[in-house]
Amino acid sequence: MNFFKTLTNGIIKENPIFVIVLGMCPTLATSTSVNNAVGMGIAATFVLVCSNIMIAMVKNITPDKIRIAVYIVVIAAFVSIVDMCMAAFVPDLSKSLGIFIPLIVVNCIILGRAEAFASKNTVLSSMADGIGMGLGFTLALTVVSSIREILGNGTWGKGLWGPFYWNGLHVMPSNYNPMLAFILAPGAFLTLGFLMALMNILKNKRS
Amino acid sequence: MSFFGKIIFMALAALFIQNFVLSRFLGLCPYLGVSKKLDSAIGMGLAVIFVMMLASAICYLIDYYLLVHFNLQYLRTIAFILTIAALVQFVEMVIQKNSPALYKALGVYLPLITTNCAVLGVVLLNTTLTWPNGKSYGFLDATLNGFFSGLGFTFVLLAMAGIRERLEFAELPKSMKGMPIGLILAGCMALSFWGFMGFKL
Repeated sequence: MNFFKTLTNGIIKENPIFVIVLGMCPTLATSTSVNNAVGMGIAATFVLVCSNIMIAMVKNITPDKIRIAVYIVVIAAFVSIVDMCMAAFVPDLSKSLGIFIPLIVVNCIILGRAEAFASKNTVLSSMADGIGMGLGFTLALTVVSSIREILGNGTWGKGLWGPFYWNGLHVMPSNYNPMLAFILAPGAFLTLGFLMALMNILKNKRS
Repeated sequence: MSFFGKIIFMALAALFIQNFVLSRFLGLCPYLGVSKKLDSAIGMGLAVIFVMMLASAICYLIDYYLLVHFNLQYLRTIAFILTIAALVQFVEMVIQKNSPALYKALGVYLPLITTNCAVLGVVLLNTTLTWPNGKSYGFLDATLNGFFSGLGFTFVLLAMAGIRERLEFAELPKSMKGMPIGLILAGCMALSFWGFMGFKL
């Protein structure tokens, strides 16, 4: 398969969150601010690309019966690497994402792509698939978190970006009264629910 | 705190104040995926309670006597997920051998539980959670926390399944059917559970 076709496939046509609907827990939990969402997206993309490459490499020597166990060990190893790197280099982000970094192990997107794509394709196209799916995941997280942060806090992108602190874009006027519910749990469900309904409307119109 | 006080504290926290699904965002895939019918929701819920309790107990022992003892805490993620996967497989085999009726009811859901983030979540939380006085969880606390968290998950799952069964007869716009209305319902439930957050225990 064409490298670029595989790459762009994951971003829009098979977007992991809006179209395949996998990996809901991190999407809802870490989209409180754009800053958190991008951090989570990058961490998940790294694990996705590395595990896809690794699994595509060992696919011919893995017995069929224990393949899921092998995938989980590979994924868990990369997640541990990401977890330790984030705790060392971006401690604030690591603290605010908390338990959701180790929980990348059980993110259905990663195991799903390993089973559905990397175990059947070459190393290069598996890498493209990992990058595409990772970008699609990050993009969807950014969209959800933008809505939540703008409605719930009135800003966009506020927070520590690596070593730099950015005050964020003040999207809403200064007398805007933030809707706290959008930063908390209810807003996450409502935002994603309405976004998915919007996607359905677009899909129905096209067909 | 007395022993029973502790139990009530934990039960209230896990069921209402810090509900696993609606305020911690764990175990959403089965919550949205298996809540279409009440019978399957009951099966899934029972399986999750059972596995969460066992996993909490066993992972606590592994964490305390192996990982902390040899200073290997960084291996927690790998050790816990392998333990859970092995445990689920083992439980499946035992149930299949000893009680075919139970296996028929729970069988399909057991393999799904390995990748349910609620199970890994509760095990990881047990290593970090503390009592209000700063003491970390012991073996019994961890096991009870697993049980009550599973109960909290099942409680919300059953409520959701009940609502969704009635929703079958509602006339919805085409674009709202399925996942979107499920998520919006979950949002309304989370909004009502938000009221419990004011409790100070």
